[in-house]
Amino acid sequence: MDKETPLQCRIKIQKQDFSVEKEYQFLRSLNPENTGAICSFVGLVREFGDYNAVTGMFLEHYPGMTEKSLQKIVSQALALWKFQAVTIIHRIGALKLCDQIVFVAVCSAHRHDAFAACEFIMDFLKTSAPFWKKEMGHNESQWVAAKQSDQESIQKWLK
Amino acid sequence: MRLLFFASLREQLSTDKEDWPDLDNIITIHDVKLKLIERGEPWSSALANPRLIVSINQEVASMNDKVSLHDELAFYPPVTGG
Repeated sequence: MDKETPLQCRIKIQKQDFSVEKEYQFLRSLNPENTGAICSFVGLVREFGDYNAVTGMFLEHYPGMTEKSLQKIVSQALALWKFQAVTIIHRIGALKLCDQIVFVAVCSAHRHDAFAACEFIMDFLKTSAPFWKKEMGHNESQWVAAKQSDQESIQKWLK
Repeated sequence: MRLLFFASLREQLSTDKEDWPDLDNIITIHDVKLKLIERGEPWSSALANPRLIVSINQEVASMNDKVSLHDELAFYPPVTGG
């Protein structure tokens, strides 16, 4: 990767859905000669959360801090791996079962950097970006509890 | 000073924000928290949660951090996005 190339970082917090294909093609088009790997992750609303029979979800965030927090995570990843572009999309508001929630894609010269940076960004997004999920069932709704396993996931990066 | 409350805490308190025109004798975030707890329920129970996170000007802070009049403080439960 050319050292002069600035990072192309796109962070979007939005109500509307996203197209993985469009996001992928956008990243492919940025710096094609130097792109050897694009690694992406999509998180979806599933039926079993803290409770069974989840029918949907409500996502709240802290406007302003969310974007800052994600930028900080990207900077931390950039200190550890080489990549030339990253896209983070996180949906907010009301989501239904099977909807897409989050998209993270990292574009790099080599697969190792792309895989590692993508996982690092997701692990820290889950534990430090100010988003909150509320799961909706048929008759009740409940805020999702923070998971110890997510805290443990970030420990491997801090060694 | 602006105070913001999010997610389950926002629901417990039935409010998402308030503005304080002056600081009185408030120096740290801990002082702000005590002032809120003094109001009684639902503030005292909601803010007693030891897992609550606090931020100053959109950066995670700790209870002993000092506050000033133009700060934006936020109190919120552990995050659960992604």
